[in-house]
Amino acid sequence: MGIIDVKELRKYFPVKKRAFAKQDWLKAVDGVNFSIREGAVFSLVGESGSGKSTVARLILRLITPTSGEIFFQGKDIQALRGDSLREFRKSAQIIFQDPFASLNPRMTVFDTISEPLKIHKLVKRSELKDKVVSLLVSVGLQADVLNRYPHEFSGGQRQRICIARALAVSPKVIVADEPLSALDVSIQAQILNILQELKSQSNISFLFISHELRVVQYFSDEIAVMYLGKIVEYAKTEGLFNNPLHPYTIELLSSAPKIKPDGKKREILKGDVPSPIDIPSGCPFHPRCPKRFEPCDKIVPVLKQVQNQEAKGRLVSCHLY
Amino acid sequence: MRLLKIIGKRFSRNRLSVIGAVTVLLLITISLLAPFIAPYDPTAIDVRHTLSPPSKTHLLGTDELGRDLLSRIIWGSRVSLKVGFVAVGIAIVIGIIIGAIAGFYGGKVDAILMRFVDIMLAFPTFFLILAVISILEPNIFTIMAVIGITSWMDVARLVRAEFLSLKERDFVGAARAVGVSDTRLIFRHILPNALSPVFVAATFGVAGAILIESGLSFLGLGVQPPDPSWGNILTSGKDNIEVAWWLSLYPGLAILITVLSYNLVGEGLRDALDPRIWEAERR
Repeated sequence: MGIIDVKELRKYFPVKKRAFAKQDWLKAVDGVNFSIREGAVFSLVGESGSGKSTVARLILRLITPTSGEIFFQGKDIQALRGDSLREFRKSAQIIFQDPFASLNPRMTVFDTISEPLKIHKLVKRSELKDKVVSLLVSVGLQADVLNRYPHEFSGGQRQRICIARALAVSPKVIVADEPLSALDVSIQAQILNILQELKSQSNISFLFISHELRVVQYFSDEIAVMYLGKIVEYAKTEGLFNNPLHPYTIELLSSAPKIKPDGKKREILKGDVPSPIDIPSGCPFHPRCPKRFEPCDKIVPVLKQVQNQEAKGRLVSCHLY
Repeated sequence: MRLLKIIGKRFSRNRLSVIGAVTVLLLITISLLAPFIAPYDPTAIDVRHTLSPPSKTHLLGTDELGRDLLSRIIWGSRVSLKVGFVAVGIAIVIGIIIGAIAGFYGGKVDAILMRFVDIMLAFPTFFLILAVISILEPNIFTIMAVIGITSWMDVARLVRAEFLSLKERDFVGAARAVGVSDTRLIFRHILPNALSPVFVAATFGVAGAILIESGLSFLGLGVQPPDPSWGNILTSGKDNIEVAWWLSLYPGLAILITVLSYNLVGEGLRDALDPRIWEAERR
């Protein structure tokens, strides 16, 4: 059992329907299982539209699942009420992708960061300012930003403020929903360093969501690759990068630009992700898969242990294995 | 404070709005200082000088009872101002509460509240007010209350629309994740971001309320003589239009200038409070 356990999680969004038509559903998350070990970094990787961010919002209980369960330290988060819900809010925090949308434009930095401290009565009123300043310093900002508004900051600075807000409650789990993808590359490195430091200096567990594998490679312990709401491969970071199994993972890895080109032609995925409203039959990846064969468009593969010796203990959902 | 400065700068780009704002401030000053500026007692009857045309002693002339028109218009501005602000104040409070609840909770709550708004909008406001006033005693307080209670629907719709989009924003999600209560989310996080269109609507609303009050008083259902109001001065203007043009022209001009000024201010505010302003500032 990990600090977060996700069981058969599903989230379908109703699609606006025309009169008399059948109700269509957008299957954003469709039967996902994973578990985040305490103190570990678990990464979810996939193209946009694969349901990663929906998983993030579900875990924080910002939206309710269609079915399935999420356990935080063994307790179903949907069942939390009153004090236990407050305890959960204090334990799990989120960092969003767009630092321009995730800070209230009408609240100063001090208001934003002190709010969780006030709500959970974590520090005395007299110590409030000192605590906020120390949080700001820990993410590399100065005390003189306290009374400024979000629009006065750059993207990287805002993301630091968001991290400080998330850290205010001393959380056990931080869900980072593509925290780097809206930032410039040089800023990405700075933010990643802050997260690395957090990882090494505290016992915070991370759910790290990204579409960029190179970021994930250096930061995470375990990785799950998502495609159209389902996990297609689940492995330790090293195993996944040394020996990717699922054709989708292979394509994802080879599509990442390399610093030193090795002469091999990059395989670029053809086509777009199909609409999650109209998921292909059989294996959802089959229309784009270079290795598809007989059963792929008919039978839905299940996520199962690989029998092959060198890839033991890994989960993959593909008819090849 | 910085935000106010930016808004001020953007507002002052529109010349007409600035003229409107200056006029509005002037009108407010005049009505506040009415007892000191008005040359005569607005209810003092002078039977020797009835319907005298504008002259040095009576700058805008007198009415059929010899009362000084300028003094009556100055005192009348107090009525307009009071009705305008109080009625709009009532409308804004009701509108914000209903709009915020509908937008924030959505679903059935939203559907029920918005159908109620539709029902309220289906009544022709002026006739609804007429009907209510004819039952209640017509005085300035009932007028303010009735105008307020019948004109909150636009505000409710605006606030609801803002809430619908704002509640999906990440900062609301982040606040929820931190454990902020619904009430605090509504009033501390979302509402301050939803107020710009409300300010604009309020400014236009003041103009509308002043017009309605003038109309009611003109029909004798508003402010009752001898208390002066622009509307009831116009009534005596109508009765004496063949002999005393000034009784119709000047209160009419007063209404025109006031309503026009508020509308100009509203237009300027609409541009100045455009939400993209913050983004522009960032770049």
